[in-house]
Amino acid sequence: MNASILWIFLPMGAGTILLFLRNERWVAFVAGSLSALLALIAWLLPIENAYAIGNYAFKLSSTFEILGRRLILTANEQPMLTLIYGAAAFWFIASSSIGKAHRLIPLGLIVTGLLVASLAVEPFLYAALLIEVAVLLTTPLLLPPHQKPGRGLLRFITFQTLAMPLILFTGWLLRGIEADPGANALIRQAAILLGIGFVFLLAVIPFHTWIPLLGEESSPYLTGFVFWVFPTFALLFGAGFIDRYAWIRTAPQLPSILSAVGALMVAGGGLLAAIQNNLGRILGYAVLVETGFSLLALSLLEAQGIELFFLLFVPRLIAMGLLALGLETLKKDAAGLDFAQVRGLARPWPFAAASLLLAALSLAGLPALAGFPIRLAIWESLATVSLPATAWTLVGSLGLGIAALRAAAALVAAPAQAAWEARESWPERLFMSLGWLVLFGLGAFPQWMIPLLNRLPAIFEHLGH
Amino acid sequence: MLLNWIASLLILAASFSLLINRDWRWNLAALALQYLGAFWLVLASWPIAASAAKLITGWMACAALGLTLANTKSDPAAEKTWQEGGLFRLFTAALASLVAFILAAQLSTRLGIALPIAWGGLLLMTTGLLLIGVTVRPLQVILGLLTLLAGFEIIYAAIETSELVAAAQAVITLGLALTGAYMFLAAAGEEQAS
Repeated sequence: MNASILWIFLPMGAGTILLFLRNERWVAFVAGSLSALLALIAWLLPIENAYAIGNYAFKLSSTFEILGRRLILTANEQPMLTLIYGAAAFWFIASSSIGKAHRLIPLGLIVTGLLVASLAVEPFLYAALLIEVAVLLTTPLLLPPHQKPGRGLLRFITFQTLAMPLILFTGWLLRGIEADPGANALIRQAAILLGIGFVFLLAVIPFHTWIPLLGEESSPYLTGFVFWVFPTFALLFGAGFIDRYAWIRTAPQLPSILSAVGALMVAGGGLLAAIQNNLGRILGYAVLVETGFSLLALSLLEAQGIELFFLLFVPRLIAMGLLALGLETLKKDAAGLDFAQVRGLARPWPFAAASLLLAALSLAGLPALAGFPIRLAIWESLATVSLPATAWTLVGSLGLGIAALRAAAALVAAPAQAAWEARESWPERLFMSLGWLVLFGLGAFPQWMIPLLNRLPAIFEHLGH
Repeated sequence: MLLNWIASLLILAASFSLLINRDWRWNLAALALQYLGAFWLVLASWPIAASAAKLITGWMACAALGLTLANTKSDPAAEKTWQEGGLFRLFTAALASLVAFILAAQLSTRLGIALPIAWGGLLLMTTGLLLIGVTVRPLQVILGLLTLLAGFEIIYAAIETSELVAAAQAVITLGLALTGAYMFLAAAGEEQAS
């Protein structure tokens, strides 16, 4: 048995088969169970060990040869695989409650498999090609069969496609740098190309426009999945660069560049969120804020920075999932997600409205919610390095908080005689309530994430060690 | 060498046509022509089988787009060829080819590839960027991305000969074309529904 077959080709194959299964609940059950099982196997069974099931003995090997190149998944990647497939299970199972399982799951599984392949491929730069294939596969996921493509989708495809040649070409320059580490001109060119590539890939301001547009024009839950999965893998890909190449890792300018870009994204995203009148666009700007915080955590570089970088993943997953679930539920009763269109919907849809508010406040870093302990740690560490960057991130978080409160004000603005009811289905209520519990739980007991956190930095050879 | 220059001139003609014309039929013909030129330029670095795979993939992409567009309602802007900014587009096409030529001289020295190959690749990349930059129409955006990637593939072929990369690039070319085809079908579906 090969690890790549298990964590790359099996989900992709399952996704292909599920394209032909029409029953929403079965699709969600099969995909959710498979993803949870893959997460469990990644947690429990180390790669390169031998196992026996009855008379059948096998070894979980790490390397898979394909077209002269290799996909390598080692024990170091297993905690990350646990997180990825655990998160996928979360997205897939909850999708059945809002009737989006068939739209999300088959392509979602294939995209997840491809993105895992992007972590495993050697040479590692080829990840850009796999990310691009995954981007193209999300088009049917984001665009329903009877809807004109919006500007957000076109820009998403364009910007992600522009990143690929830049990153691949950097790979060629990197080979030159490896041969001659003192070639400063080459280093400068590689750094510029790589930087522009990641500006596109991570939707750094001003190339962020597809994110709020997509949040506005597509299904919030499906967009939420895309907003979670692509920035997460792009960040891991970017951190992988820093980890692998000593000239990047040791560059004296790197922390200040990461810190400046991160602060720009947090402040820009937060302030722009505060002035939006559409809930989908607020979701988009929250993604920018999250990416900004990850870059800030990376800018700290030391062991603590990497811990914070990984610590952000779980609260982000829960908050974004809950926010997307709440928005998708509200959209059942509204033509769109403009404040005017969702006015007063908190009364008929209280679970969705509360989910939305709690998730947005968690992303803003409100105390007692999951996002707070990590933001506090980032602010503390960042304050010792750069006070202006810390101040700007506080401004950004405040902006996101204002956006959450403005959304809440619109949602509760119902006529006095409107009755409170709960139109959400029982599965929706269940998933949302669980999400609240996790948000409060991780806010009060962030140490719950430590078992996972302790193992996650193993994915990097140098960062955090 | 002479054949490389002919291929580059073929690409130049295709680029001008892509930038100036708004009729999807002419656009796809230009795209097909551009893949023929790209095939010839890639042949300088890759064996004929791998280069032919690029040509076939490109033509398959053209076929996928063409079949979809032929079966959906035609684009209302398709016939307005010269009336709207034709001269401006001609000027930008000329400027793009000039910029590409200037950059190609540096690139050919740097990568050790022939000047017509570098020019052909850069010409397609600048044309692709122009197409993406000057319009928000899905067809032009998809054509722009395909053109940009075709240009990149010409230059990248000179420095990378991995089969996995070739396969992934072919998947991306076809994937982009199918993405475009899906978008046109979805848009046509909305028009029919309304």
